[in-house]
Amino acid sequence: MDVDPKTLTWAEKLAMMLETGQGQAKALGLALESATRERTVLRLPWQEKLVGNPATRVLHGGVITTLIDSACGYSLMSYFESLPDIATLDLRIDYLQPAEPDRDVFAGAEVYKVTSSIAFLRATAFQTEGDPIANAVATFMLGANAPKYNARQG
Amino acid sequence: MTTTIVDAVKAARESGDYQSVLESIPYMKFLGLVVEPDAAGPICRMPGSDHIIGNPVLPAIHGGVVGALLESTAIMHIMWSHESLHVPKIINLTVEYLRSARVVDTYAQAVITKQGRRIANMRVEAWQADRTKPVAAAHAHFLLPREEE
Repeated sequence: MDVDPKTLTWAEKLAMMLETGQGQAKALGLALESATRERTVLRLPWQEKLVGNPATRVLHGGVITTLIDSACGYSLMSYFESLPDIATLDLRIDYLQPAEPDRDVFAGAEVYKVTSSIAFLRATAFQTEGDPIANAVATFMLGANAPKYNARQG
Repeated sequence: MTTTIVDAVKAARESGDYQSVLESIPYMKFLGLVVEPDAAGPICRMPGSDHIIGNPVLPAIHGGVVGALLESTAIMHIMWSHESLHVPKIINLTVEYLRSARVVDTYAQAVITKQGRRIANMRVEAWQADRTKPVAAAHAHFLLPREEE
């Protein structure tokens, strides 16, 4: 693709990062649905290989965990408009209802508080907007791998 | 008719080999999990591979995948402990990330902290080369299916 990266918006850059990315996000086929400073949404296409219960074809909870953790990571990138040096401290997820088979799953995450060293996020996974299948809160450490880190304060 | 998960669990109770149960669960197979038998309950091993990476710079295993390993290990433990012939439903999960998980073999083992009639409260730990230095731990609640047959 002949794109000048300088003309891309930050959201477009994030979308490209996911598309050309590697690792688990690529293995799951995650895609960026939308990204603003307020909220970032990722999409996970339905795949049989991600089922956790072959009797019901419900997705494995771990897939939802990975989707939500990724949405939180991308939400932080949208918030800071950079690739922050982050590490997940904890992630708590309530699984509200099983995912319906054969339908894509979305996860939307928002950064609701940032301190000099910690970011607090909340996220939901859903198949229909407004009807969450999982609700999550997460905390991330900023400057996880560097001794000094200057977080851009909101 | 193909082998159901119930048949796989019944066979595993006879043979003591839970790998076929694990492989009948698509996502656990996708992660490449291997069950290693242990008197205290199954140890699940997740081999390091490129497709489980979350942070390519470090590199480190994706935090969500570490969570998935912990959850999967708890599920296997419940099925191993004869509490269920079916895959138990997860209610909630809290993962604490203690150390960066390098892209090498990662192990996890669960204990049932509290066993009720319908609910199991679980604690799971994951470690790499040194079991005394866990990379992550989780608390989780599972809903046990009403008994079958």
